[in-house]
Amino acid sequence: MKQEKNHKSLKNIDSHGHVRGESIYVDDIAVQQGTLYGAVHDSRVAHGLLKHINVRKAQALPGVVAVFTAADVPGENQIGGIIPDEPLLADKEVHFWGQPIAFVVAQTEDIAREAAQLIEAEITPLPVITDPREAKEKGELIAPPRTFVLGDTAAAWQACTHVYSGQASTNGQEHLYIETQGAYAYPAENGNIKIHSSTQGPTAVQKTTARVLGLPMHAIEVDVTRLGGGFGGKEDQATPWAVMVALAVHHLKRPVKYVLHRMDDMRMTGKRNPYTSDFKIGLDENLKIIAYEATFYQNAGAAADLSPAVLERTLFHCTNSYYVPNVTATAYSCRTNLPPNTAFRGFGGPQGMFVIEAAIAKAAQALGVSAAEIQQKNLLQAGDTFPYGQKAENPEAISSWSAATNRYALDHLAQKVNAFNVANTHHKKGYALMPICFGISFTKTLMNQARALVHIYHDGSVGVSTGAVEMGQGVNTKMLQVAAQVFSIANERIKLETTNTTRVANTSPSAASATADLNGKALEIACRKLLDRLKVVAAEELDLTSVTGVTVREGWVHVQGQKTDLDWNTLVLQAFLKRVSLSEVGHYATPRIHFDQSKEKGHPFAYHVYGTAITEVTVDCIRGTYEFDAVKIVHDFGASMNTIVDKGQIEGGLVQGIGWMTLEELEYNKQGKLLSNALSTYKIPDIYSVPKDIQVEFLAAEGSDLAIFKSKAVGEPPLMYGIGAYFAILNAVRAFNPQVTSVFDAPFTPEKVLTALYE
Amino acid sequence: MIEFILNDTTIATSAAVGTPLLDFIRYQQHLSGTKIGCREGDCGACTVLVGTLHNDGVHYQSMTSCITPLGNAQGKHIVTVEGLNLPQGQLNQVQQAMVNEGGTQCGFCTAGFVVSLGGHCLSHQSSDYSKALAAVDGNICRCTGYKSIERAIQTVDHKLQAKTAGQSLDWLVAQGFLPAYFTDIADRMQTLSVPEPSIKQSTDIDGHYIGGGTDLYVQKPEEMMRSNLYLMFDQEALNKIEVKDQRCYIGAASTVSDVWQSEVMQAHFPQLSQYLKLVSSTQIRNMGTIAGNLVNASPIGDLSIFLLALNATLVLKHQDQTREVPLRDFYKGYKILDKQPTEYVTSIYFDLPTTHTAFNFEKVSKRTHLDIASVNAAIQLKTEGMLIKEAHLSAGGVAPVPLYLAKAAQYLKGKTLSAELVKETTKIANDEVAPISDVRGTATYKRLLLRQLIYAHFITIFEGTLTLEDLV
Ligand SMILES: Cc1cc2nc3c(=O)[nH]c(=O)nc-3n(C[C@H](O)[C@H](O)[C@H](O)COP(=O)(O)OP(=O)(O)OC[C@H]3O[C@@H](n4cnc5c(N)ncnc54)[C@H](O)[C@@H]3O)c2cc1C
Ligand code: FES
Ligand code: FES
Repeated sequence: MKQEKNHKSLKNIDSHGHVRGESIYVDDIAVQQGTLYGAVHDSRVAHGLLKHINVRKAQALPGVVAVFTAADVPGENQIGGIIPDEPLLADKEVHFWGQPIAFVVAQTEDIAREAAQLIEAEITPLPVITDPREAKEKGELIAPPRTFVLGDTAAAWQACTHVYSGQASTNGQEHLYIETQGAYAYPAENGNIKIHSSTQGPTAVQKTTARVLGLPMHAIEVDVTRLGGGFGGKEDQATPWAVMVALAVHHLKRPVKYVLHRMDDMRMTGKRNPYTSDFKIGLDENLKIIAYEATFYQNAGAAADLSPAVLERTLFHCTNSYYVPNVTATAYSCRTNLPPNTAFRGFGGPQGMFVIEAAIAKAAQALGVSAAEIQQKNLLQAGDTFPYGQKAENPEAISSWSAATNRYALDHLAQKVNAFNVANTHHKKGYALMPICFGISFTKTLMNQARALVHIYHDGSVGVSTGAVEMGQGVNTKMLQVAAQVFSIANERIKLETTNTTRVANTSPSAASATADLNGKALEIACRKLLDRLKVVAAEELDLTSVTGVTVREGWVHVQGQKTDLDWNTLVLQAFLKRVSLSEVGHYATPRIHFDQSKEKGHPFAYHVYGTAITEVTVDCIRGTYEFDAVKIVHDFGASMNTIVDKGQIEGGLVQGIGWMTLEELEYNKQGKLLSNALSTYKIPDIYSVPKDIQVEFLAAEGSDLAIFKSKAVGEPPLMYGIGAYFAILNAVRAFNPQVTSVFDAPFTPEKVLTALYE
Repeated sequence: MIEFILNDTTIATSAAVGTPLLDFIRYQQHLSGTKIGCREGDCGACTVLVGTLHNDGVHYQSMTSCITPLGNAQGKHIVTVEGLNLPQGQLNQVQQAMVNEGGTQCGFCTAGFVVSLGGHCLSHQSSDYSKALAAVDGNICRCTGYKSIERAIQTVDHKLQAKTAGQSLDWLVAQGFLPAYFTDIADRMQTLSVPEPSIKQSTDIDGHYIGGGTDLYVQKPEEMMRSNLYLMFDQEALNKIEVKDQRCYIGAASTVSDVWQSEVMQAHFPQLSQYLKLVSSTQIRNMGTIAGNLVNASPIGDLSIFLLALNATLVLKHQDQTREVPLRDFYKGYKILDKQPTEYVTSIYFDLPTTHTAFNFEKVSKRTHLDIASVNAAIQLKTEGMLIKEAHLSAGGVAPVPLYLAKAAQYLKGKTLSAELVKETTKIANDEVAPISDVRGTATYKRLLLRQLIYAHFITIFEGTLTLEDLV
């Protein structure tokens, strides 16, 4: 028990290296002699016919070694994961501003960058679409639309006392991982290539490189030590850069490195999908939501990337934490001429949730009640059916709501805010509640599998490899905890290896919040198998007739709870001497889950994560600026296996969500050029803009057996607490200007606030 | 030859003066703890400390190495995260606090925070929480949401309370904040060769005068490596702030931090720290000079707007010729100045405010801190009771140049304060401006915001007399 407690407060095992500046990221790998450097020439037109690429000037620049275009691809010029609709290097056409056209390799990075600018691409412009509704009108869809239906909305409207409709939009979001995209590759023997990539999906990099080079997957080794942030932006979009360096290595047989400069990264990579949506909501006289209809227009950008999967999750989460008996939700993935948009923490879920929150806010305003009243009356209860057919099991929607409103004294807050608003004109306060419900699993059932490889070396030290990629979420720390807990040995005896495709193959990306669950379960299986074998050895060593009652505790073999004098190291060595295998692979596939896309019904999620946040804001009514006084959260961690790591995920996710709802404003012009293209023009939260007070309370909850050690997934859900920020600001604005028309158009920038105050 | 001490090592290098310090550190000295997040001074991942020798010891300031010319390291002690590490893998107090509180997730921003906080520990001033927090106002973290970092800062600040002014270096070493070599650095710095002042009387119209480099390296990084640079930063002749004949002279190479720390300025502008806190970040304020801000001529330059309302005058020099230009006549059009390429700024001066002078500065940007203004505005009023005897107004982000609002100023002169007067002033001001729509806001917004900021001036100056309700 004591040990378990220790584990729960284990500090992130990488932090020692981080604070000393000793952790290694792609750009920190000591370069091999003869390393060359790459740079991309990308399109300065968002849509057009690529007539000719003139590379002569670039090639003539001293120090330039080679310039690669689509013509140099030996295999398939194709990087599309879900749908094959995206070339590595543009061929015949360009579809977005920033689309890679050529890859220059030179002796130094400066020369490569200079040469990239000397390339001239002759492009005949074609009409540019940036707006998803326009794309839909013109039939530009990435995939056929999807519709989730529960009950019968058409019939249900008659039963509604109140019906409201409107529009809601959310802008995209730049990932702004502080470490930009990058890869470093070098030749191995026999035409094989080793790639160091800052990727959440080592297998995606491996598979795509093999495809582009026309090689079998085993020719490509991908190794990932860690990422300086990912947030979904390196799930699919780390791939092209890795493939480009591999392409150059393939041709030149020299090591090649490419780390993107920030503006190049921002210009060439996709972001969170912007959405614009229509909603219609119907309530009965008791404020129960009877019917909800939503149509989502997703701005996918120029290629599918992960957008179809993102779209699906929007539908899965379109009713957030509420039970609505009649739902019709349709979603269109619209092709525009923006960079292909992609995964971002929440993966479409936040975009769906914002719309129902807007619908509720609109109804509340019209009815003269608080949104919280409507929210509360409609929270999910056990046995309620989600629009996709799964039934809510042990939902913590009501429990977390009650815990939050009680613990943080909502009544008192409401009074305080009212009193403040009566007394002040220069400033107004507002608050909002945001309940969340987020499903855990990849919605594509096949991806819910993982493997782990464990070696016990004969000195008793342990090496652990899994498919999980460490990107700050603390997954390595959790993996270490799993091994340490199953073996019951000291943390120091365990090392987390890099994520490498030759040790753990066919991995799913580290995404969907499920990384720790999937890889942790696989690791647990591997460790248990090893432990079982070691117990047999222990029984033999101790001359016991059976292994029953043999355990390892804190590094010592125990029998019937009594410590023996056989310690872990001796036990391991004995096993080795007896030629017992000290290596093991664990394989895990999440049970129970399934989904039938032809019916749009099934049981896609292993479990759901719940919670409630209360956000309080003060708006400066002279200047249109705002400060968040507090965000107070009760969150369903299940039985958290690491409270420091998990709390960090809540705080970080929340602030990212607030950023998306407030400051972070992507702007493209009509020609499809990104204007908010640097940190100076795209603002993410700094230390002064975060809420003054963030409280995170662990809900007393049991957790799920399908979560590793019943500790629920925590990566994505907290981002959606940030949605409360939008509605808190709206309420404060309303206190100043009751006439304000509710346009639900996030982010709520100071510009929109000032405009709304004085509209 | 550029000579300086990098952590514990004395460096003498013939690398180009314009090499970004970051590249020298990472790729020539192979110290990879200093990270690259933006190369624009906007993330703080590349933060280093720059120590300057003074009579009372070495003063350390944090700077972003990505936009620091190597030449500005001359004679300094440059400290990277490696230079703050204790031997045998021990953690220093800042590092330990960051680990304990979970202040690091992906770790990519972390060394920058550790270095910035190291700078705070080395400060000769006493510590308090808000100062400690301000030390990292130029460090961006995308993972943590900052709360764990705030907790770490609280711990550090708490431990620093025991530090006394005199013995601070020894104390910091003894308490595990710093490695021991720091105590010898002042002596070692004295042995570094002293360079000739670099303000050679330039006749080179393609070269660049360079202060902190915080505008030049963002705008033309490639050019900086290749062109002739005339280093103005830290030139003794150019960085004094002094009073002569009721006038305040600010040396051209004074940094925004120098202005902030200046006793004269603090005495005459009680809200100075509130204003300057809105300008860039600690790192950038430690680098960016006043002349740089004025000559860069960005329409939103905060110091330009500040000084325009003070009706300030520039002193320019070329060879032995000295010339004065009122700042409001200095700007001729978008980035067009009344200045020859070879002329340089030596100082800027303005009449010190008196007891009858009221001043206010306002800035609104998308993100309140470390962001460029959508609109900024300043006002100086000379009053007698409710009578406005003289007025100067300026506004940025509303024209191709930092704008002196001549008509609005003229209108106010000799009038008695009333809500109507203020409203009319905003109308006149709005007739003088011509904002454009860009990433910092639409033209309509900027006009509305200008009105609001002028309201804010009057509501602030005439607090209690005038309220928002009177105006809307
Ligand atoms: C991250 C970041 C945030 C910023 N935020 C703000 C902000 O909030 N508000 C704001 O106003 N600015 C901001 N800036 C801009 C910049 O910091 C300021 O304009 C600063 O004052 C420029 O000074 P410098 O010494 O660094 O200029 P430099 O880049 O060294 O020079 C700028 C120009 O001035 C010329 N110059 C410099 N010194 C002289 C001299 N003595 N005589 C003649 N010419 C000279 C140079 O040749 C060049 O043309 C920011 C910059 C960065 C990188
Ligand atoms: S790299 Fe971002 S501030 Fe220097
Ligand atoms: S820990 Fe990842 S950016 Fe700060």
